[in-house]
This record gives sequence, structure tokens and C-alpha cells, in this order.
Amino acid sequence: MKKSVWSMCGMCTVRCPIRVEVEDNAVTWLEGNQHILKGALCAKGSAGPSLVSDRERPQQPLIRRGGRGAGRWEAVSWEFALDYVADKLKTIIDRHGPEAIMASSRGGPFQDIVKAFTHALGSPNYSNHDSACGRNVHHASLSLFGLGRKGFIYDIKNAKHLVLFGRNILASLRPAEVNQVMDMLDKGGRLTYVDVRQTLTGIKATNFFQVRPGTDYALALALIHEIIKAEGYDAEFVERYTTGFDELAYFVENYSAEWAAKECGIKAKDIHELVGQLIADRPKVIFHPGWMLSRYNDSFYASRALNCLNALMGNIEVEGGLVFAKGAGDCGGKGPRSLTELSPKPTAKRADGVGDVYKQFEKGPGLFHLFYKAMATAQPYPIKGIICVRHDPFSCFPDPQAQKEALDNCDLIVSIDTHYSEFGWYADVILPESTYLERDSMIALQKGMKPRLIMRNKAIEPQADTLCLCTIIKGLATRLGLEQYFPFNTLQELWAWQLEPTGFSPADFEKKGFVEYADKPVMYDRDKLDGKFKTPSGKIEIVSQNLTEWGFPSWKPYVSPDKPPKGQYRLVFGRSPLHAHSHTINNPLLNEMMPENTLWINTREAGKMGVAEGDFVDVISGDVTSVITAKLTDFIHPEAVYTVHGFGRQIPLQTRAYHAGMSDQKLMKGQLQNMDPVGGGLNLCETFVTVRKSSKNHQRKVEL
Amino acid sequence: MNTYTLYLNSKRCIGCHGCVVHCKANKRLPVGPILCEISHESLKSVRGVPKTEFKFRSCYHCEDPFCVTICPTGAMKKRADGIVYVDVPKCIGCMACAGACPWGIPQHNPETNKAVKCDYCMDRLDAGLQPACVTKCTTHALKLVTMKEI
Ligand code: SF4
Ligand code: SF4
Ligand code: SF4
Ligand code: SF4
Repeated sequence: MKKSVWSMCGMCTVRCPIRVEVEDNAVTWLEGNQHILKGALCAKGSAGPSLVSDRERPQQPLIRRGGRGAGRWEAVSWEFALDYVADKLKTIIDRHGPEAIMASSRGGPFQDIVKAFTHALGSPNYSNHDSACGRNVHHASLSLFGLGRKGFIYDIKNAKHLVLFGRNILASLRPAEVNQVMDMLDKGGRLTYVDVRQTLTGIKATNFFQVRPGTDYALALALIHEIIKAEGYDAEFVERYTTGFDELAYFVENYSAEWAAKECGIKAKDIHELVGQLIADRPKVIFHPGWMLSRYNDSFYASRALNCLNALMGNIEVEGGLVFAKGAGDCGGKGPRSLTELSPKPTAKRADGVGDVYKQFEKGPGLFHLFYKAMATAQPYPIKGIICVRHDPFSCFPDPQAQKEALDNCDLIVSIDTHYSEFGWYADVILPESTYLERDSMIALQKGMKPRLIMRNKAIEPQADTLCLCTIIKGLATRLGLEQYFPFNTLQELWAWQLEPTGFSPADFEKKGFVEYADKPVMYDRDKLDGKFKTPSGKIEIVSQNLTEWGFPSWKPYVSPDKPPKGQYRLVFGRSPLHAHSHTINNPLLNEMMPENTLWINTREAGKMGVAEGDFVDVISGDVTSVITAKLTDFIHPEAVYTVHGFGRQIPLQTRAYHAGMSDQKLMKGQLQNMDPVGGGLNLCETFVTVRKSSKNHQRKVEL
Repeated sequence: MNTYTLYLNSKRCIGCHGCVVHCKANKRLPVGPILCEISHESLKSVRGVPKTEFKFRSCYHCEDPFCVTICPTGAMKKRADGIVYVDVPKCIGCMACAGACPWGIPQHNPETNKAVKCDYCMDRLDAGLQPACVTKCTTHALKLVTMKEI
């Protein structure tokens, strides 16, 4: 039997809307939703069915029988596995209280049920991966606009100029956004790209600045300086909607283009030329404040400066600028119900200290890496149980060895995931989740210029003994006597309950796969933005009242980044369009396209080491040594070496990915708590590694 | 007379290799055969910006295809509209076609032990659809051009 199913891609966290064709319980075709993406998908999206058929993912619940990480698993039934986990959770709650349990999941629309479960247990300790991703950007945005990083939509297609600092937008890609960038370029828009290396994005740029690693903030400050000096900012907007402009003007006085040129290793004339273009293109200029900006120890301030440039351009709530993300309420509608609303708000303080010791961080998901401190020291109280849902901390945070040592204080480690994660391999229990093509998900609201409700429908029946997340959580909750917080037996019941206040029904999704709250983009009156900025003053706070109160400067004096010692390089990492970090490395089709990563080395530096293209090099940090193939290029800064994140996996059952390439996070020795004190992001590009030609290069053959 | 060709707008192409995987997924190919490729020359500085452009190649659907002439069983065929394709049941997997093709285009499918190559997704064309790589190209850079249009 043939059918067509509206769904949502799950190969990465962009979650593109898709349409899937199915015949006899097999996917025969999938494409991007024609109404939104006109069919477009990325390579990973098309590799979805090969994830489903891959037998190198867990096929049934597994319970550890050997030592942690030893890989001795016993296959058990779901009944047994859920009883086992529920029993362990009960024991922890009896001994240490519910707050000794933490849970973490991928951020985004489906975190609701995991958060609700944590709260239902009575624990405030819900977390996610964001301290290794967007926390700096988020907090920077909050301190300036009073809105988080998802508070604005970037209207790129209508912009005249897009400025990207290390945001490799055409490789770490979101298909809808990529098309906006290409449309903008087709219409003659300009792209400015700043990075320590040339990328798939930079090759399309009008202006390209290859800067010294860690100097983004310097260039951003110089742009502010020159724009103010030329009086090229939107004075009316600044006067009306911002506070602290004079302090900023005073602060940037010494940060001229000439100064930045020296600091960043670029030409002052090019900066001046860029400033001229920006002033001409204003207000339709977008400074991307960064996506994954857990990089340098001033990334929070760099992101803040970039967002401040947006304010100076006066690009807020204009076509081709930053547009407030509208919710259901902006269209006179009501959003769907969330499960978190049902569970009681926990009263205990968070174990990561967020909102208490660390007033500067938003509670929400807190900061995952700080829980390791609580595990290791039992302060402020012990953490004894951890559940990670589709989140692999060993792949996303530095120094997995240090993480394992902290985790050894836990009595229960559970991984709920579609595939083996490095964390899961160290866990006590693996509860295999059905892949996105085999499961339904909760309905979620996607804010935007036209807010919409999105849903994922199961396209095919599970091919292995796996369950969807909602069923797993419900199963645990029932065993713990918490079923009242999860008022559904089937996903259909959950949807109906969620949709009740919205006035929509699941049938409304049948036409396009989603429902919209508005037919036209909703824009606020730009002359009446007062109160839209949720800062204490209701304005864009160039000098933030909150930061001042918490004892942090709004503008940190620039400090030049350290130069690596001789023979060492700064390790930077990024993404390829063919992989979504670590979790696609073992996918048969994507692995075929890109089986391993390489180490990018500046050609001249490689020459000094006697390393040629394709040679093996040793990369050393502390007691960790990795071997990787060298790729030589003129277009990377000589202080940096670069690699694609996600490789170097050590799970024997993933035969394709096993020991293929190098893991950057394993080389970040001792960096697990190296955090930006104001932004909360980890400083993931603050590791220097030694690079040398490897003795693994074949010199002679000793074979008969 | 060839009717179709695949045209890549290299200004829009971002080198994401989506098309390669879209093609494989559509034909449900295992690891091994790859029917189209994206390539580029090394980066060169153009007004201060290191640049390159991407190229797309599948099969040229030659006017007088060597692959068709050499095929011992008549499995490799050329349609009236110019599409060169493998008539799968007839193919014995000898891969003479790959040897005869100047670019070694036909690929061996280890699962079926037959040759496989770009056929402009003729089943989709015949159903009034566009080829997989065109439909799903991440940036809509690939187009199927009908020769008359040029
Ligand atoms: S970007 Fe690619 S992998 Fe991510 S959701 Fe979209 S199609 Fe899927
Ligand atoms: S999918 Fe499109 S944009 Fe990506 S490489 Fe292929 S032709 Fe280029
Ligand atoms: S396979 Fe080679 S010889 Fe045959 S039509 Fe294609 S390009 Fe020509
Ligand atoms: S036209 Fe079809 S067979 Fe040919 S490369 Fe594109 S997707 Fe593959």
C-alpha cells in the first residue's frame, strides 16, 4: 500500500519539514515540504532511510553487564528495562531526594516532555547541550535586547548585506536559510565573511577577512568605532530605543580600523571599505551574532558587539533586518499546551548553581558542564542519576575522560537515543528510541514572521524493538506513580490535548503538513516598539542594567589572544554539510561521502614540519595523541589547525566510524570547566595542540 | 537527438553534495555506486577573496554511446529522447560498458550485481516529475533543461 506522510526531518536539529512516500512499510521517496522548501533537502536529510535500515544502531533495550564502557550488554525486554530504570530511580530518590536526578535533552521543540518528566520527579535539574553551543549568543542577546537568541528572525533574503563572523552558514546549513542567502546574493546583496580559514561560505563572499584566531571582538569593536566616527549609524533609532550609547562611543575610542587591522592581521583599507558599504546598505544590513559561539574567552562580548551593530544599523523590525519572532498571541491565537505546565515547579535549587550562585545565567536548561562539578564534589548536593535524551555529552563537551571520572559518582546512567552515542556506550542502560521516520512527536509551535504549528508523523513502523520518546517517558512515569502528569495513552490523545486551546485539529495539518496562524508576515509598528524589549529599561541596553548589577562590565576591554608556543597550534573545529556532528558519522551513505576528517594546516607551517599533503600527523594535547591525515591549504591562519567535529569515535559496534579520523573534544584536555564567566559558553577554541609528522607514515615495506 | 541536459547554476551551488545523496537515496543504492559528482578546482584569489566554482557531472548521454555499442546483451539502451539507460533484467553485470565509456561512468551495484548509471531519473520524468537531484538540490541550483529551450 502506498501512502504520503507529512513529517519532519530528524537527521539534524534543524528539523526541516518533509514529505515521505511509503510503500509496504518502506520509505520510497522523501523530499523537503514543497510549501516551505520547494523540495529542497540536504545530503543528511536524504540519508535518513539508511539510518533506519542500519543494523549498527541499538535494536532493543540494553543493560550493562560488564564494567562501564566495556561494551558487555545484555539485551532485555522493554518491560524489564523500564522496571529496572524505574527501580533505580526510586532508590536514588529514597536515598538522596529527587533533585539527585538530572536529565538532559536536545534543545528545541521536543524538550518539553523531558523537562516535564524531570519536574514531575521533583528535580529542577533539567539541562541540554547549549553550554557547548549557543549560550554565549543567547545571554549576549538577552543582556542587550531582553530577548533570547531565538527572539529575532533574520530576514536575510531581503537584506542588502549579510555579515558573518565565523558563522559558516552555507556548510553548517539550514536549507531554508541557505536559500535566503542565495536569493540575497542573486539580487546583488553583499556577503562579508570573517573567519580564521576559508570555507564553503567564504567562497561566495564579497568581502573576506582571514583574521588571527580569537580576534573577532577586535574587528567588531573597530566597526563600531568607525561607524560612530563617520556618524553612519541610525541616530534616530539609537536615540529612541537604546540606552548607553555615549558610554559605548567613549569605550570604542581607541579601537580604530588601523588598530584592528594590526590586531587581526588584515588591511585597514579593507575595513574602511566595508564600513562605507555598511553605511550605504543600512538599515538592510544583518550582523549574524553567531550560532555556535562557545569558542574564545571573549565570545560573549564579541556576540554582544555584533548584536549592538544591528542596533546601530537600525535594522530592528525592518524588511531585510532583524524581525521579532511572533508567537500565536501576536496573531490573536493561542499556542498548544505543553506538558511542563502540568508538572509542579520544583522548589529545590539547581545543582549547577544557575539562578543562584550564577545569577547571570538564565535558568532554562542551565549549564550542563557544571553538573559534573556537582557529581564530583557532591556540592551543593550529590547528583546520582542522569538521563540523556538524544544528547551525547562525550561528543559535545571537552575532555570525555574527565567527564567519565565525574560520572563514576552516579548510581544510574541512562541513554535514550536512536544510535549508540559515546555517552551511551558508557551508560548502564540504553533505551533505544525509534528513528524520526519511525516515530510520532509532540506538536510544537515555531515562532516566526508567520508562526506555525509543526508535527512529525510516523512514516513507517519501527524496524527494530524501539519505542518513541513519549512512550518511553510515559512508561517510566507510570512506574513511578506520576502518570497524572502525562495525560495520554497514545500520541493521538496527546495531540488532541495539546491542540485543544488552539482551535486546530490534527486534520488541519493534512493539507500542508503544518498550520499557520497568519497568512502574511506579521510586523510590529516600528514607531511603537516600546515595551517589546524585555530589558529592565524596556530599551536596547547598550549598557546593561543587569550586567552592572551582577558585577560584570557591558563592554570588556579587549585583550589580545595568546599566541601558541612554538610547535603548537590553536585547535579550531567546525562542520561539514555532510555530517551533523557525531551522530551521522556511522550513517552508511554519509560515511561513504565523508568517512573521516583531516587536519587543515597552513601550507607554510606544514613545510616547516616537513609535512606534505596526505601525510599522517600526530596531534598531541596532554596525555592524548591522535593521528590524522594532513590537508595543506594557504587559506587558514598559520596559528590555527582545523578539523571537522564529530569523528574519532570509539564504539566497536559502529564499524564504519570506529577510530575513523580524530576527535577534537578528546584533545581538549583540562578544558571541561573553562567557561566564559558572563556568557556561560565553554571556551572550545582555547586549546593549543602540538603537531608533528607522525612516525606512522610508511617508510619501508617489510612484507614477503 | 538528445532532449535533456542537467544544468548547474554554479553561482548558487554550495558544494554540499546533497545531489549525490539524493540520487543514491532515490535509486536505493548501497554503499559503492555513485551516479553523479560535484567537483571544483583549487581556490584562487579573486579580488582578495579565495574562490572556486562547483561543477556537476553525471552521464553525458552521448549521441553515439560506446557503452551501448559494447554491451553484449543489449541491456544498455538509448531511448528516442536520448536517455541512455540500463534495461536491468538484461544486464549480466559484466561492466563492459564502464570499460568502453571514456569517463568510466557506469557503476557496479554490488547488491544486484548489475550496472547502474544516471538515467535522468526517467521513471520520474515519465511520471511528470523532475529528477531526484533537481527536485531536492539544497539551493535549487540544478535544473533539467529541455534542449529546445536553449
Ligand atoms: S538540515 Fe538537513 S539534516 Fe537537518 S533537518 Fe534539514 S534536511 Fe534534515
Ligand atoms: S545539492 Fe545542489 S547545491 Fe548541493 S552540491 Fe548538489 S547541486 Fe550543489
Ligand atoms: S555511460 Fe559514458 S559512454 Fe555511455 S552515455 Fe554515459 S557518458 Fe556516454
Ligand atoms: S538525474 Fe537522477 S540518476 Fe541522474 S544524477 Fe540526477 S538523480 Fe541521479
